[in-house]
Amino acid sequence: MAAPTDLRRRIAWAIASFGALAAAVCVLAPLVGTTSINLSRVFDRTIPFADNVDAQVFFVARLPRVFAAILVGGSFAVAGVVFQAFLRNPLASPDTLGVSSGATLAVVVVITFHLDVALFGVSALSVASFAGSAGSLGVVYLMSIARRRGTSSTVLLLAGVALSAFLGALNRLVQVIGDYTDVFRSMRWMMGSLDVGSYTDIVVPLVPMTAALVAIATLPRVLDLVSLGEPAAESRGVDVRRAERVALVSASLLTGSAVSLGGPIPFVGFIVPHIVRLIVGADHRLVLPAAALLGGSFLVACDLVARTAFGPAGMPVGAVTALLGGPFFLWLLFRRFR
Amino acid sequence: MLKARDVAFAYERQASLVIDGVSLTVPRGAIVGLLGPNGSGKTTMLRLLSGTLTPRRGDVTLDGVAVGSLPRRDLARRIAVVPQETHSAFDFSALEIVLMGRYPHLGAFELEGADDVTIARDALAATGTSALESRRFATLSGGEKQRVVIASALAQASDVLLLDEPTASLDLGFQLDITALLARLNRGRGVTMVVSTHDLNLAATLCTELVLLKDGRVIADGQTRAVLTRETVRALYGVEAEVVEHARAGRLTVVPLGRAD
Repeated sequence: MAAPTDLRRRIAWAIASFGALAAAVCVLAPLVGTTSINLSRVFDRTIPFADNVDAQVFFVARLPRVFAAILVGGSFAVAGVVFQAFLRNPLASPDTLGVSSGATLAVVVVITFHLDVALFGVSALSVASFAGSAGSLGVVYLMSIARRRGTSSTVLLLAGVALSAFLGALNRLVQVIGDYTDVFRSMRWMMGSLDVGSYTDIVVPLVPMTAALVAIATLPRVLDLVSLGEPAAESRGVDVRRAERVALVSASLLTGSAVSLGGPIPFVGFIVPHIVRLIVGADHRLVLPAAALLGGSFLVACDLVARTAFGPAGMPVGAVTALLGGPFFLWLLFRRFR
Repeated sequence: MLKARDVAFAYERQASLVIDGVSLTVPRGAIVGLLGPNGSGKTTMLRLLSGTLTPRRGDVTLDGVAVGSLPRRDLARRIAVVPQETHSAFDFSALEIVLMGRYPHLGAFELEGADDVTIARDALAATGTSALESRRFATLSGGEKQRVVIASALAQASDVLLLDEPTASLDLGFQLDITALLARLNRGRGVTMVVSTHDLNLAATLCTELVLLKDGRVIADGQTRAVLTRETVRALYGVEAEVVEHARAGRLTVVPLGRAD
């Protein structure tokens, strides 16, 4: 491991290389699809946009979806980094505290009871998934307050697992009431989809995502210290309780926004932090920006596979991430925790 | 000078007091040993001294200022803590762990500079761990870890160091290494220390003064030679022991003989 004398250079290098990767997938991914288009024609300014089919496919049909993937993947990955550091558990992920289960339950309720109306141009599904994650966020917040009285991070983790299971059970209970088409819609939503209709769909979750990312940007060194344990962090000058509240709420907000945009896409928030740590080391000043960029690129790539590998119908992106994530999880488990 | 005055503490509102009316003074440059049986309140007392816990009654002051009133960062520049055991959830190198001690000296977005790296390397050198600099912390042995954590506390550049059973999980060789290291840091750098320990011989070697805690109260305190006696060992642990001046060691030695009836 390199000495951190050149930390500034390492941070710049990580941002530049993972940034270049993200930029590359953003440009290349929209070129691939059932209709083949030509990059030079896309950016050919001599053809008016109304006549340039390649540019229309690129900018209208495919680029919003790529941006959605970048935002959702980046958000899950950053949330995963934060949860893993604060819970001091490398197996933690954005779903650990039940946040995405809360969102999922709310969406399934909306679908099953046909409450699917647009509110001020925003689909009820995203409103519901937001409300659902806010609900579980409230529970997380209460748990973090209970932490002040000395509840350990293991208890917090287990509480999250229990909450997830409980919300999952409610979810299935609601689905039993639903008819065949409702259940099918719910199932499809739960597998995740980045098929956004327009740029407006992206702008709405972008607001809470930005707020959460700004809050988390103040925390990288705190995450380093907290990963040594609370007493160690406190004695080096970290206000652990305050930092924890900021971190858990921001990470839950990121998860909720990401779920409202793309559905509860599994494993991204778990795999990406680990890959990033293998590449850049443990320092969160490198891990956080690298995870945001790699998480985004990774989900763009998975979505590319999802929409091209199985014909025009495509497959749900959540199935792709789960197919990669399941074996990776097992590999990590047996490699690290023998 | 670090001072506790009539401090009382309980973890829960209704629970009985874990620390009950403890007063102690840690003079500048001293090494004060905190002795007592399991559950006597040593760790709690250290956390009260470090300002991590707030006393229910009484106060803890550093040079006359209540530690609870100081911002965490300011306090961390004055008092460093070495916990009983440190685990890292991620693969930090030893140098990276030591550099974390610089946290209270840096601004929110400030990166460690060349000065900080120099301070960290000095701390590694002072604890004899320079060779471990780029090793992963998780792969170090218990004694190496403890020395790296002490180096991290040194990099914090505080004048008071609180150590919670620094030799608890170490073998005899490492116990002696840590003892020698602490004595050297105290003499060479003038670091004031409070050391909680179960090792009476370590206390006799290292500490200038002792505070004996039982059930959250001080049963004796003062100069090591005056405090460490057959009577206090019996009162503290219910153990019959011989406390003798060891000719070759040149210090008090405690030889436990058996449970007192």
